[in-house]
Amino acid sequence: MMNPSHGRGLGSAGGSSSGRNQGGGETVVEMFPSGLRVLVVDDDPTCLMILERMLRTCLYEVTKCNRAEMALSLLRKNKHGFDIVISDVHMPDMDGFKLLEHVGLEMDLPVIMMSADDSKSVVLKGVTHGAVDYLIKPVRMEALKNIWQHVVRKRRSEWSVPEHSGSIEETGERQQQQHRGGGGGAAVSGGEDAVDDNSSSVNEGNNWRSSSRKRKDEEGEEQGDDKDEDASNLKKPRVVWSVELHQQFVAAVNQLGVEKAVPKKILELMNVPGLTRENVASHLQKYRIYLRRLGGVSQHQGNLNNSFMTGQDASFGPLSTLNGFDLQALAVTGQLPAQSLAQLQAGLGRPAMVSKSGLPVSSIVDERSIFSFDNTKTRFGEGLGHHGQQPQQQPQMNLLHGVPTGLQQQLPMGNRMSIQQQIAAVRAGHSVQNNGMLMPLAGQQSLPRGPPPMLTSSQSSIRQPMLSNRIPERSGFSGRNNIPESSRVLPTGYTNLTTQHSSSAMAYNNFQPELPVNSFPLASAPGLSVPVRKATSYQEEVNSSEAGFTTPSYDMFTTRQNDWDLRNIGIAFDSHQDAESAAFSASEAYSSSSMSRNNTTVAATEHGRNHQQPPPGMVPHHQGYADGNSGSVRVKSERVAADTAAMAFHEQYSNQEDLMSALLKQEGIAPVDGEFDFDAYSIDNIPV
Amino acid sequence: MQREVALIKQSLFDQGYLDEQFMELEELQDDANPNFVEEVSALYFKDSARLINNIDQALERGTFDFNRLDSYMHQFKGSSTSIGASKVKAECTTFREYCRAGNAEGCLRTFQQLKKEHSTLRKKLEHYFQLARQAGPKETARRPK
Repeated sequence: MMNPSHGRGLGSAGGSSSGRNQGGGETVVEMFPSGLRVLVVDDDPTCLMILERMLRTCLYEVTKCNRAEMALSLLRKNKHGFDIVISDVHMPDMDGFKLLEHVGLEMDLPVIMMSADDSKSVVLKGVTHGAVDYLIKPVRMEALKNIWQHVVRKRRSEWSVPEHSGSIEETGERQQQQHRGGGGGAAVSGGEDAVDDNSSSVNEGNNWRSSSRKRKDEEGEEQGDDKDEDASNLKKPRVVWSVELHQQFVAAVNQLGVEKAVPKKILELMNVPGLTRENVASHLQKYRIYLRRLGGVSQHQGNLNNSFMTGQDASFGPLSTLNGFDLQALAVTGQLPAQSLAQLQAGLGRPAMVSKSGLPVSSIVDERSIFSFDNTKTRFGEGLGHHGQQPQQQPQMNLLHGVPTGLQQQLPMGNRMSIQQQIAAVRAGHSVQNNGMLMPLAGQQSLPRGPPPMLTSSQSSIRQPMLSNRIPERSGFSGRNNIPESSRVLPTGYTNLTTQHSSSAMAYNNFQPELPVNSFPLASAPGLSVPVRKATSYQEEVNSSEAGFTTPSYDMFTTRQNDWDLRNIGIAFDSHQDAESAAFSASEAYSSSSMSRNNTTVAATEHGRNHQQPPPGMVPHHQGYADGNSGSVRVKSERVAADTAAMAFHEQYSNQEDLMSALLKQEGIAPVDGEFDFDAYSIDNIPV
Repeated sequence: MQREVALIKQSLFDQGYLDEQFMELEELQDDANPNFVEEVSALYFKDSARLINNIDQALERGTFDFNRLDSYMHQFKGSSTSIGASKVKAECTTFREYCRAGNAEGCLRTFQQLKKEHSTLRKKLEHYFQLARQAGPKETARRPK
């Protein structure tokens, strides 16, 4: 029991042993995590008995259930009766993942999946569906002993969101805290790999990323020095999303339009006293993921929860595609004047802003994306002048309730556009690749917005370094670097990006918004020589915006890269000279993104993906997509973006490169399912 | 007597009938739950007998619905893994491989083998628990050296 004041008695869990930790509040707190109320669901009676015994030995309160339906009804009847749910994957009456979704949406409880099946695809599915952990049978005591961390983590994140919402100024502060707390936070949450990655050491501007991710951890840390304190501090009345409440929520969302629904408006429409925007925001995230799943869009969620996949890669991919488009367009149209680039950026950024909390990423992913969106939005809202990434992050952070801090950071990069798209993509449940495509579109559309030229410059500067690095990677693509591989490139791109960011990314500047994924586009513009130096502020902004975009798919890596990209992009823009190159790189970025998209789409033809539009020529992997793609890509990008967004989310989940590539591949190939199911992790012949 | 019990248990491990998971279960046994391992075993054999029955029927039908067979076997494997029945688990894995390969004959053969292993383990464990009960609960809770 974490907090006696919650009123959760030991005996509340229906039938589990209740005597153990009874005692005064102090006693409970001291004995934490004893008394944690666990609900175990498994159709295998042997396993159930063993698990129950093990959990009891950990001094948890256990309720067993051998049918998913029964578990759900138990949970519904007793909304606050449990702290965590452990469920088997294969059950006769209901798929474990379905149960996971329901619990996530309705009760917002952490769910741990388990199975004798340890294939990557299933584990990934767990993540994308939002499981906080995945245990392989036979489950050992050691694994069960630490499940309390998931409860604590969740609570902390719920807490920190409202607390940190605030002005941008706080961002900086927060970031610092996060950095500080990042380590601590990471320690607490075993599953949050991103936290470590977030350490700001990687990128100068990375504040957001690390801050958002760490923010939550920080919060917890600030609140209490030891976990006991945190546990007791966590006691925050949790909103129970009853059926009625959820109906109201859904009605409000439908009224606003799923794509456009923002927590604030939803909150207003629902008009439920006591409901906060954060509650709505986190619920919206989940809902979006849920919809995405239903949509049958292949989202390669790596999510959940937590992101193992090189979310970065994924996010980069989409971004790169977006960028690719822009670049292409630019290339096609000739030099891309800084102005247009700016517009592009602005345009890109805008979308991101809109979608603020829309990303349906699974818990982990969502948070990321949400953050990114917020970041992006903030960015634009503030205009170019807003240099600190932090500021942007702040807004996002605040907006996102319960969203893992990690997301924010990622978003900064180039999310502007991507966010929107991502959201859209998420909805569509498209694979990450799609996102890439969508993004470009989004960016394009927003072109008219006219992003501040400053951004570009900053981006460009950043990009340049990146580009240079990338280029070598992309050897395969002369000039196009990103294109063919956008999905593939991501993994590589990421690494380069981070290192490079300072230098070349000029080309990317233009596409700044798109870039979050951009790691590719950057790379693709080898020829671009963007003045690196520039603009730190913009870069950050850019990064943040990008990050927003990529968030879904980014895990820490991605965000980083985004930052770089953004920077580069920004830089590029400033230097008009670069504009041309930037355009070039942008087009490349687009091409690559579109390419990757195309490839995916092509593969997914059978799925009837819309984004398949690109001419069959696109299919060939790495051919000069740029031209062909830009046009078609644009159109599709909208759609694709949605997919990509979905993918992005998936991306986040898988840390492994191969997984990512597999996912990316799969995205294109089997999108419709809506289920994240990777049979093969091999990356199809994406020319790298 | 206790020594005999310990020896029997040790031989079960040595011969590969049981693996570390069984030891984990023994760790869970304490004064409050003195017969935990035996109870779990009993539950396992009861449940797995039901599964074996289902599989037998499915195989007898001769239609060889590999998906369904695979799914049964997945369950079987899960339980067997949980109590540490390693030989049975190995047979389950083999069976599933045959299922995936669509090899009906391989499935049949493996299943026979599986049933044999299952029944052998059951007898051995029953014998073991019986002796253990006679020897005294505390002793049986010890890990084999």
